[in-house]
Parts: sequence; C-alpha cells; structure tokens
Amino acid sequence: MEKFDVIITGAGLAGLAAAYTLAGEGVEVVVLERGDYPGSKNVSGGRIYVNPVRDLFPGLWEEAPLERAIVREGATLMARNRSFTFHYTGSELRTGQPQSHSILRSKFDRWFSERVEERGGMLLPKTLVSDVIRENGKIIGVIAGGDELRADVVIACDGALSLIPEKAGLRSPGRAHDNAVGVKEIIQLDPNLINDRFSVGDGEGSAHLFAGDITKGLFGGGFLYTNRDSVSLGLVISIEDIAKEEAAGDIPALFEAFKARPEIEPLIRGGTTVEYGAHVIPEGGYRALSRLYGDGILVAGDSAGFALNLGFTVRGMEYALASGHYAAKAVIEAKKAGRYDAATLAAYQKFLEDSFVLKDFQTFQDTPRVLSNPHLFGHYPELVGNLLRDLYTVPAGPKSPIFTTLRRHLTLSQLWTILKDAREVTKI
Amino acid sequence: MTDLKAKLGLNVFKPLPAPHIKIRAGMERDPRLKAAVRGCPAGLYSVNEKGEFVLAIDGCLECGTCRIACGTEVLEWSYPEGGAGVQFRFG
Repeated sequence: MEKFDVIITGAGLAGLAAAYTLAGEGVEVVVLERGDYPGSKNVSGGRIYVNPVRDLFPGLWEEAPLERAIVREGATLMARNRSFTFHYTGSELRTGQPQSHSILRSKFDRWFSERVEERGGMLLPKTLVSDVIRENGKIIGVIAGGDELRADVVIACDGALSLIPEKAGLRSPGRAHDNAVGVKEIIQLDPNLINDRFSVGDGEGSAHLFAGDITKGLFGGGFLYTNRDSVSLGLVISIEDIAKEEAAGDIPALFEAFKARPEIEPLIRGGTTVEYGAHVIPEGGYRALSRLYGDGILVAGDSAGFALNLGFTVRGMEYALASGHYAAKAVIEAKKAGRYDAATLAAYQKFLEDSFVLKDFQTFQDTPRVLSNPHLFGHYPELVGNLLRDLYTVPAGPKSPIFTTLRRHLTLSQLWTILKDAREVTKI
Repeated sequence: MTDLKAKLGLNVFKPLPAPHIKIRAGMERDPRLKAAVRGCPAGLYSVNEKGEFVLAIDGCLECGTCRIACGTEVLEWSYPEGGAGVQFRFG
C-alpha cells in the first residue's frame, strides 16, 4: 500500500498552493485530481486580486499566465427596461503592479501545477477520491480510483461541494441558503475589438458587475470580465432563491435573457462562444465555513467555504491560495512535532486568524445577510431607473421642477425604507 | 432548449461509463426535484408524461447545483470517475 507524507485532494488553487509550499520545503506530497489535467474541472468567474497573496508565493506572479490587468471597473443597476451604470478608473490602477487580473483557470491551474512538479510535488490526474480512510477516528488516507492511499495528513481541497470534509465528518452537506450557482460563457473576441469596446489598452482589462432585473429579484448578479482574446460573461443566482421562486424561470433562460440585454449584446456582438461552464459558489460567509481541521485532515479553499461576496468585489481565489499555503505551513509544523492530531493541526486555524483570510471573514460576517435584501435586486434598480428616466425626459409641454420629480419617486415611505436598508448597510 | 444543447456541444466531454447522478428509486415524484429543473445550468432535469422527474446525464457540467438544491435523500450523487465527463479548456 502506498504511503505519502501528505495527500491533497483536488488540484485547484488551494490544493496547488498547498503542494507548492510543501514541495518547496521538501515534503513528499501527492495531489490527486479527477480531471484530465489541473484546471479541467475548475470554473471561476475569472478575476484574481494579487496583493493579498503576492508575498506568499514570491516569484510566481511575474511569469503567471494571467489574462488582462484590470484598470477599469464598472457596475450597472439593471431595471426591467433601463439601467444605470458607473465606471471607475484611476492612475492607481494603471501604475505599479496591477492589483487584479482576469484569469482563465484551466490555463492558470495547469501552469501552476507544472511549477509544483518542478519543485518535486507529485501530481496524479484522472484520479477521483471517493472516500477517506479512518482508523480510530483519525483520517489516515483516501480511497482513490478504487485504491487505498495512505498519508500522515490529508488536505481536502475538493471544491465547493466539499464532499471529502463531509465524508470525514467535518461538516454537513451544503445548504441551498449558503450557496449560489454561477454559469458562464467564454466568448472569443478580437483583442483590438475588446480594447475599443471596453476603453482599455493592450494587456489592460475591464471588470463589470450587474445587479437587478437580470436575476428577476433573486439574490445574485452578472459579471463581464475581459480576457486577452475573449470575455467571460456570467450570471450568479442563489440556489435557495431559484428553488423557491417559480416565476423567475430557469437558469439557462435567465442567462440567455441577460446576454440579450441591450447593455450586453453590443459588447459581445460578433463574438464566438467557445465554452459554457457552471459551478456552485459558497456564499454563506463566516457562519457557513466548514470545520477547518480534524485528526489527520485539513480543509482549504472553496471546500472550507472560503469565498466572499461583498457586492463590489467577489473573491475566492486569494482565499484559496492563502488557505492552501497556511495549511501547508501547519503541516510543516506538525511534521516537526511528529504529530498530526487535531490539536497540532489547529495551528492552521491560528495562521488563518492572523492572516487576511479569517480577518476578512470575521469583518464581513454580516455581509451575506445584508446583501440578500431583495430590495437590492428589484426595488432599487427600478427606483433609480425611473428617477433617471424622469430627469432625462424632455416632454412636449413644460417640464416639472426637478424637486417635484425627485419627490414623486422619493416619497416619505420610500425614504423610510431607504433609511431602514441603509442602517443595515452600515453592518457591511 | 436546442440552443442550450448546441452550447453544451461546444464543451469537451469524455464519455461517462455510468451515470454519476441518479434520482433515487421511489423519489421520481419528489417535489424537491423541481428545484433541479429550474436550477440545472445544463437543463438536464425534466418531467415526463407520467409526471415523474427524469435526469438525462449527458452534458452534465458537474457543477453541484442539484445536490445542493435537492439534497442526497433525493439524489444519489457523486462525481464521475477520474478522467471522465466535462473537461474545461478555459474554466
């Protein structure tokens, strides 16, 4: 029977980050990946923020196959028949090291796995981990492709469904309330056309988020990221809401309607869709995190629930990279101590608490609840749209005073609602 | 629906030796499956003429939505064996 120092289940960002750090310290590590190659089962919206993880992986970023540096941010409130958009750009986004890039995970993860192999990490693709092996309550290995593989410690990085931690008894199955589904098309477009349509230069990109009628009032939103020679167009919707609200229709139809919106269609016109992907996204924040360690096991990345939606930023990849890295650090300490029990592996939680990972999750623990306010996805986009319509309209006859127009929309009861919602927003 | 089929046809799929997700026997009319009909990004769940929910596994994106939406009382759910199923080229 094969025995390794460390088994990692899943060659996504968390798993590869853990393997990269471990292999760098000379620890014997094998990454088990069910896809044909790392990245082949991974779907992300496609935007990574490098600052939080730059120093954890020195030298990695210069060569990394990233798409475009994001220099232009956009957000659109979508009402049924109109919309309100703002853009932000700034010299801070165009000078020095870019803070964020668009990214295609099948390319990036494959490249990252080659860096892991260069360091001596082992990679076993086409290998599904179906269960953990337990002995006296301790995890001592996994069942992979029907074979038993043993290790001192298993790092579960198997993604949002988190089946390995569930089998290890660290969590119950994911709940609809804490998860969304994201669907995405990769649409190929000429790079010059991308530059022109999104007002960016070569190597520069734009990131745009959309909220409102595109989800028919359900929690969620759309995104449009520019890659080198394609765009990633996606829609994210709460699984609890799509399960509950029959009137909203189905996910494929909602996505097609989003694509056909006059705000979107001209941007992707003439493009060729080359791939259609989908994935579950953890949205529950701090309160929905899995237990992070047990006897002989650690949990990192989406598998732990490390994805955080703050409305303006939707992040998961930095948390995956950092949690994988800190899981590796905890394993290195455990190896020195020669013990892999929960008490020793608890060092992982301490590393995370001292880092941006758990600090962010604690800071933003109320955000998922505040952002799930249905007013944000229906009422406010309509209100803003109607207000703008009336301000911009020039009628045949005399125009009402601006203040009258404002008051027609912002009635006392309306202002009271806004005030109540605003008080909630102070918690994010 | 044909549009969706065409879109799924753009992806690289390797043959599935056996369905990795099944509606459990006796659960074919369970109302929890309605959520999968609406939530499946590949539109693989539908209702047949007998009023039973059915799942056609070809084109599965392995996203996990149905497992979260319906639960494992209703669905027998696992990933396909290694090297089978969808292989994303972009991700």
